[in-house]
Amino acid sequence: MPILSKDEAQTILKKVLSFSTADECDATLNGRTGGNVRSARNTISTAGALDNVSLVVTSYFGKKSGTATCNEFDDATLRRCVQRAEEIAKLAPESPEYMPLLGPQQYTESTKAFAASTAAIDPDYRARQVGASTALCDQRKVTSAGFLEDMAGFVAKRNSKGLEAYQQYTNVEFSVTVRTPDGKGSGYAAADYTDASKFDAARLTRIAAEKASSSVNAKALEPGKYTVILEPNALLSNVDTSLMAVLMGSLDARSADEGRSFLSKKGGGNKKGEKLFDERVTIYSDPMNAEIPDITFAGDGRPQKRVTWIEKGVVKNLYSSRYWAQKAGIPDLPPPGGWIMEGGTQSTADLIKGTAKGILVTRLWYIRPVDPQTLLYTGLTRDGTFYIENGQIKFPIKNFRFNESPVIMLNNLEAIGKPVRLGGNLIPPLKIRDFTFTSLSDAV
Amino acid sequence: MLVFFWQLRNAMGRLLSFPLRFVPIFTNLLSLFPNYYAALKRRDFVGLTGLAAGALFLPAFPSRGVTPVDPARLLEPGLDPAQKKRLADAGLNAAKAAGASYADVRIGRYLNQSIFTREKQVQNIASGESFGAGVRVIANGTWGFAATNTVTEAGLAKAAQLAVAIAKANAKVQNEKVQLAPQKGYGDVSWKTPIQQNAFEVPVAQKVELLLAANARALDNGASFVNSSLFQINEQKYFASTDGSYIDQDVHRIWPTFSVTSIDRASGKFRSRDALSAPMGLGYEYLTPKEADKIAGPAGTGLVGYRNSYDMLADAALAAKQVKEKLTAKSVTPGKYDLVLDPNHLGLTIHESVGHPLELDRVLGYEANYAGTSFATLEWKAKGLPYGSPLVNIVADKLQPGSLGAVGYDDEGVKTKRWDLIKDGKLVDYEKIRDQAHIVGQTESDGCCYADSWDSVQFQRMPNVSLQPGKAKLSVDELIKGVDKGIYIAGNGSFSIDQQRYNFQFGGQVFYAIEKGQITGMLEDVAYQANTQEFWNSCAAICDESDYRLFGSFFDGKGQPSQVSAVSHGSATTRFNGVNVINTARKLG
Repeated sequence: MPILSKDEAQTILKKVLSFSTADECDATLNGRTGGNVRSARNTISTAGALDNVSLVVTSYFGKKSGTATCNEFDDATLRRCVQRAEEIAKLAPESPEYMPLLGPQQYTESTKAFAASTAAIDPDYRARQVGASTALCDQRKVTSAGFLEDMAGFVAKRNSKGLEAYQQYTNVEFSVTVRTPDGKGSGYAAADYTDASKFDAARLTRIAAEKASSSVNAKALEPGKYTVILEPNALLSNVDTSLMAVLMGSLDARSADEGRSFLSKKGGGNKKGEKLFDERVTIYSDPMNAEIPDITFAGDGRPQKRVTWIEKGVVKNLYSSRYWAQKAGIPDLPPPGGWIMEGGTQSTADLIKGTAKGILVTRLWYIRPVDPQTLLYTGLTRDGTFYIENGQIKFPIKNFRFNESPVIMLNNLEAIGKPVRLGGNLIPPLKIRDFTFTSLSDAV
Repeated sequence: MLVFFWQLRNAMGRLLSFPLRFVPIFTNLLSLFPNYYAALKRRDFVGLTGLAAGALFLPAFPSRGVTPVDPARLLEPGLDPAQKKRLADAGLNAAKAAGASYADVRIGRYLNQSIFTREKQVQNIASGESFGAGVRVIANGTWGFAATNTVTEAGLAKAAQLAVAIAKANAKVQNEKVQLAPQKGYGDVSWKTPIQQNAFEVPVAQKVELLLAANARALDNGASFVNSSLFQINEQKYFASTDGSYIDQDVHRIWPTFSVTSIDRASGKFRSRDALSAPMGLGYEYLTPKEADKIAGPAGTGLVGYRNSYDMLADAALAAKQVKEKLTAKSVTPGKYDLVLDPNHLGLTIHESVGHPLELDRVLGYEANYAGTSFATLEWKAKGLPYGSPLVNIVADKLQPGSLGAVGYDDEGVKTKRWDLIKDGKLVDYEKIRDQAHIVGQTESDGCCYADSWDSVQFQRMPNVSLQPGKAKLSVDELIKGVDKGIYIAGNGSFSIDQQRYNFQFGGQVFYAIEKGQITGMLEDVAYQANTQEFWNSCAAICDESDYRLFGSFFDGKGQPSQVSAVSHGSATTRFNGVNVINTARKLG
């Protein structure tokens, strides 16, 4: 049931619209099936499964709207759902930012976002993958905690103005933290895939286990400004906010125009068109990218296309709501799903080789905003931090707290490595000079 | 950990996070709406389609499996206890028949309403209901859990059988058998949050009017922007177990808040100041200000602290004045200062540096891959080192009226209580539930088990964790009189702590310089960095009971998949000596 075909989904949506008596009606079907396994202390601690299809109906009377949902699809239930949305709409206040629903749209046909291998994952597969991870840790006499989550799903949309959309997708995510029994070393690895055939929990666990063993007996360095190599997990996270995600989450036109963003300009307006980063920084989104295939339409039906956000350090585009795009007279761009930061060919190991003195950061953690004016964030290194000298890792070091802005970070760029997939994005490891560490932490 | 409210996941479950003040209203919510993204994970595409036009990332209420409903539905009664008992028995009997040695059933009806406004307009009003049941069992010494929204005898029985099947499957790879602390059955009992007025009984129009009036106060006092919101929750929970308990509970929570922004176009500078309200375990009476609940802040600040009722209009007006002042306030000189922390600020520091490290599952490594572990291990405790100065007495509490954590019984049927965590500066106990009690040689649970929905499995969550007020009479002005070089901080701002809870950094909403015992003016760009043990050992004075009040967090996040829980932290204004303060101002380009 969860993965309805295009025809099955659109048949339900057509029926929904036929029950509508509102000025406008928008209906979205979303189905998802999947599961998760959590482990701790080298054994499975919890396991869960998810299997659900739900319908969301939004009805409009003039500038008033109301939303209702249901997860059964017989005629009577669908009719009641539409009625409920209409009743709620009639009671709602008028929205001064109302926009008429979009009419028919052209979406790029995308089939790569769905992989049969991921859709076929069953409890045995999950247990096997997590079992391989915990077995490796048993064997190496280290302790692990991990989380595996997979899903296959579809989204279908249809509205009374003739818009029609449908797409299937899959995703599998895994992360593992490995600690030495004495609690003196810790390592981490995380990855996500559209196609589960690329996933190997044991391979990732081995990386985490090696980081754990090599981070034992860390030495304390003085806090200060250091050249750092930030691995992808230090730039992006599957489970928490991150320096690159907050930067990409800040490219909103409205906050910039309203004067409350790092992109706001003195005296009014925004900094679109200005060079704010090192000229090697280019970031774009493309739902058709083979490594991070994404959904080709946004929640409100706007098409997701290839968009360049930052090109050679210059801010090229800002996204916004449809209302703000119209009001400000700017291209009507939804925020992207995944995005791609262009890079080079060097691996993290290559970047280390080219570093006279610096610090290798595996992961940054508990990253929280300090000053929105400058996008200053704080957080800590975690799960393996190492001192580099003459192109080699010399010894593990104690964790640092940092206070840094991704805007400053992307101006202090020394080198860019080869992008890898993380959290549905492509992000290269970065070598950054003058990264600001403000205190030491005893945490391992 | 506390996670951003607006860390949404997109349709494919990928994490999208947005920075502070991107959606300006959520500046304060960040501490209080942690795992919003996790809550959204199962919400699919819904949120971004069904919202008021223009509210790009404006979320509906973060809870799962929620069906939007007409506000009137929130006042309709759920099933009566007799019906729930019959349904629960069907689940318990099916579990036992399938081989469970223990089973519990939770039938939950979760109601909520949220109202969002900005300046002169309503952005979104959402009322929601989520109804279903979860069955947890022990079979072959292993936990199993399954949930269903088919709340019939057959539906419950099927979920119970599935839970037993999962337990038996997991038992094959399990190292240790579950050991439950014994628990007596209570028979048929009930508990209700002692509220005066159910917020759902108040017409939506009246609530909208209040928020818009608060916005008007802010705008009249010079604010450039203001967002305000009101969150209301009612959990109708029925718990039954094979121990013989049938517990019916009706839990209420409320949270009004706002964020005021001031912009200086000429310099391009902007600042925000969030509400100094707290989410509370109260009804709508929290929004009827009472003079007796107002606690004057330090002389020279104009600040007011709120105990069991909140004056939203007065706070909005003050916020607008303060946020303008912030634009031109002196940037702090970094260095060591004696900090005087107001309860609405200190609550978050308590949460992060005491509440979390004393969760026994964290201590044991069960949260290592996400929230982290703890410095306060059993071995560390055995050393008897001081956690804080002898002034520091911190209690765990699931009883305190008005608090978010107050319930009669926890989500595994244990009657709630209050217990000491830190006594005279020494760590004396942890936070634990039935399957953890034996690890520390305890024969009963502490009663702090919670699940955020009928479809999530209950586990150990933080109770209210509160710093006890000083025994000697001491007002905030008297406390400040003794400070030579210090900073007074009110409200919670930026926060971050490492995964073992040693090193932390906190900001605030407003900062005032203290020189020679007097507040001398506002400061900006303040954050303090400290180590948990050094910080608590530097605790030098605590105001008396008359200054005590609660801070709250609506959405503390923990677990994978992540669950949220609501928790309060009480304290009186407290002094910490010689804390390292940094200046957070930077220049771009």
